[in-house]
Amino acid sequence: MAARLRAIAPAVLAAAVLATLVLGTLAAVAWRAGGLSGLRGTDLSAIRFTLWQAALSALISCVLAIPVARALHRRRFAGRGVLISLLGAPFILPVIVAVFGLIAVFGRRGIVNVALGHFGIEPLSIYGAQGVITAHVFFNLPLATRMILHGWQAIPSERFRLAATLGFGPAQVARQLEAPMLRAVLPGAFLAIFLVCLTSFAVALTLGGGPRATTVELAIYQAFRFDFDMGRAASLALVQVAISVTALLIAAKVSLPARFGAGHDRLAQPIAQLSGGGGRVGLDALAIALATAFLLTPICAVLLRGLPAIPTLPAMIWPATLTSLWVAAASVLVTLAVALPLALAATRHRWAEIAAMLPMTASALVMGTGAFLIAQPFVNPTSLALPMVLLTNAALSVPFATRILMPEIRTLQADYDRLAAALGLRGLARLRLLTLPRLARPLGFSAGLAAAFSMGDLGVITLFSDGQTRTLPLALFQLMGSYRMDQAAGAASVLLILTFALFFALDRLGHHADPR
Amino acid sequence: MLTLDKLTIQQDDFRLEADFSIAAGSRVAIIGPSGAGKSTLLSVIAGFLAPTQGHLIWEGTEFTRTDPGARPLSILFQDQNLFPHLSVTRNLALGLNPRGKIDAPDRTRIETALIRAGLEGMGARKPGQLSGGQQSRAALARTLLRARPILLLDEPFAALGPALKAEMLALVAQIAREQGMTVLMVSHDPDDARALCPQTILLAEGRAHPPRDTHALLDDPPPELKAYLG
Repeated sequence: MAARLRAIAPAVLAAAVLATLVLGTLAAVAWRAGGLSGLRGTDLSAIRFTLWQAALSALISCVLAIPVARALHRRRFAGRGVLISLLGAPFILPVIVAVFGLIAVFGRRGIVNVALGHFGIEPLSIYGAQGVITAHVFFNLPLATRMILHGWQAIPSERFRLAATLGFGPAQVARQLEAPMLRAVLPGAFLAIFLVCLTSFAVALTLGGGPRATTVELAIYQAFRFDFDMGRAASLALVQVAISVTALLIAAKVSLPARFGAGHDRLAQPIAQLSGGGGRVGLDALAIALATAFLLTPICAVLLRGLPAIPTLPAMIWPATLTSLWVAAASVLVTLAVALPLALAATRHRWAEIAAMLPMTASALVMGTGAFLIAQPFVNPTSLALPMVLLTNAALSVPFATRILMPEIRTLQADYDRLAAALGLRGLARLRLLTLPRLARPLGFSAGLAAAFSMGDLGVITLFSDGQTRTLPLALFQLMGSYRMDQAAGAASVLLILTFALFFALDRLGHHADPR
Repeated sequence: MLTLDKLTIQQDDFRLEADFSIAAGSRVAIIGPSGAGKSTLLSVIAGFLAPTQGHLIWEGTEFTRTDPGARPLSILFQDQNLFPHLSVTRNLALGLNPRGKIDAPDRTRIETALIRAGLEGMGARKPGQLSGGQQSRAALARTLLRARPILLLDEPFAALGPALKAEMLALVAQIAREQGMTVLMVSHDPDDARALCPQTILLAEGRAHPPRDTHALLDDPPPELKAYLG
């Protein structure tokens, strides 16, 4: 019994840390809010906008992803594998870098408006609701494409072969095989994106604002920073949590698995008769080309303008870069120290998995507001800026790390639990000789994600910073605020390169450390 | 003497009773139809599963509630007997010390065990670089280092071809004789029982029968065994 308690103690500790961070800050918020009486009329429109933009962003992302995923599934071309890998990139791309890139492409003096100007067309604006939604689609179209492509690949190749022998063409394939798959996959994809967009802050901060494009998260920030109305900020934080929890509960019920039965292999080569030729090839090529351009142009625009500007960056960028790097390193350590014990316990104890998923109910701004309220009577909250950035980012990374680790841990336990028990291998020796070596790959991948999330964070830092304590994204935000666009592009390039370098280095390290 | 004292294992509608002793140094096979609970019985003795009732006793000391690693026994599974990411030497070191630390005398003992198992000079290899037979030999070498008095074999060597399997069974018999080990082997192959074990326990209809002479039992099987042997 004592041994069993010792084995579970790290997970209990990790759960307690997370619960304190998520529920403790929530309790502080609830206590300070004293109900929802602090809300104003404009806050109701913030709630409406939050739900509306999240729904519209999710809908547009999913609808646009269908032709792209179908084209990627039924065509083979050079660079297809690279393109599918690239679809994962926006997931770790710092939001502020993407926003900068989108402004470079769709902004008043951006590529698109310059082109439209030649035809005498009025310029489009990237600011306001359409800007927020464009940015959300930029981030989530790749996510939706990957989820839907996964659905396509999950249709057993036997079904396609059967369809071919029955003389199906593309239209019948769409009706008999693809429509049922989409019905199964789309609700889950829609909800996943809807959830992400509900807690959108940095996009709304940079592209939104005003009465018609303020999210609840942004309203929390404004009540906090500009009105110093902590009661209202707390009420808004409660609203944010209520929205997230409701959406999570709905998501838990809806995401149905596709029911296609088991198949043995995937289709190595698409069958021409089912994929269609001629016009359909052209449409598929167009879908892929447009999606690729939409994703790559903003990133290229940042680098093209930013790389030459790096030597001209103001001196304050470099201390901010160092700060971001050490916060990211610490965030990686905290993420793994919390996620690994929870994931190890979660295969046997439901409570550990629930604890690991707890941060999904919170958001950076909610945790930040709560921590500020708790700290305020005792210390100058500004001194907590970096520790809070570290902790909130680690907490928000834990659900991802746990989800990545759990399947590998199940395999590990099924394969080696009995042997380890028979040899009396346990505690630190088991961690060193069995757990860490066998989990090197998922640990490296989780570490890479945690580092990237922390590097790109522009959330809690904006609440706590006095303008002097800076991370790299905050420094970039300040440069954009003072319209030093070349320098901002340079800072965005530095942030972009460092974030991707950290992710790849940690992911590679995991592969390298894997003794298999 | 290993005693299974009024042992009962109950899982939903599966039930198995065992109440017998086997002498120290004997080699006993456990055979019976699939689903009779052969591996379940071994799991209980090894400590992966707690019995519903009864006691396990070795030489007067009860070990019913002892952790698997602290029981007076070693076990060889059908597969997954070695950690694939550790070298053979590191795998064997875990038989000496579950913390995995090795000093110079340990190295000598590991090398001696490798020689004994016919794996001289292969300590630096990873299990994936060994053949199936060599992997079985490495696992057997580890039981030599653990030096526990009882050896449990759960359908061992089942993945090996007939010739290799016979060779391994002979090696087990030889080592067991030299070390004075008590061997309990689960197998679905009556020939394994004949090759290694003078005595056999028949598991059928929810009961483990006390050990009998293997040849007598197999040559004149009771009806429940006859149906299984065909």
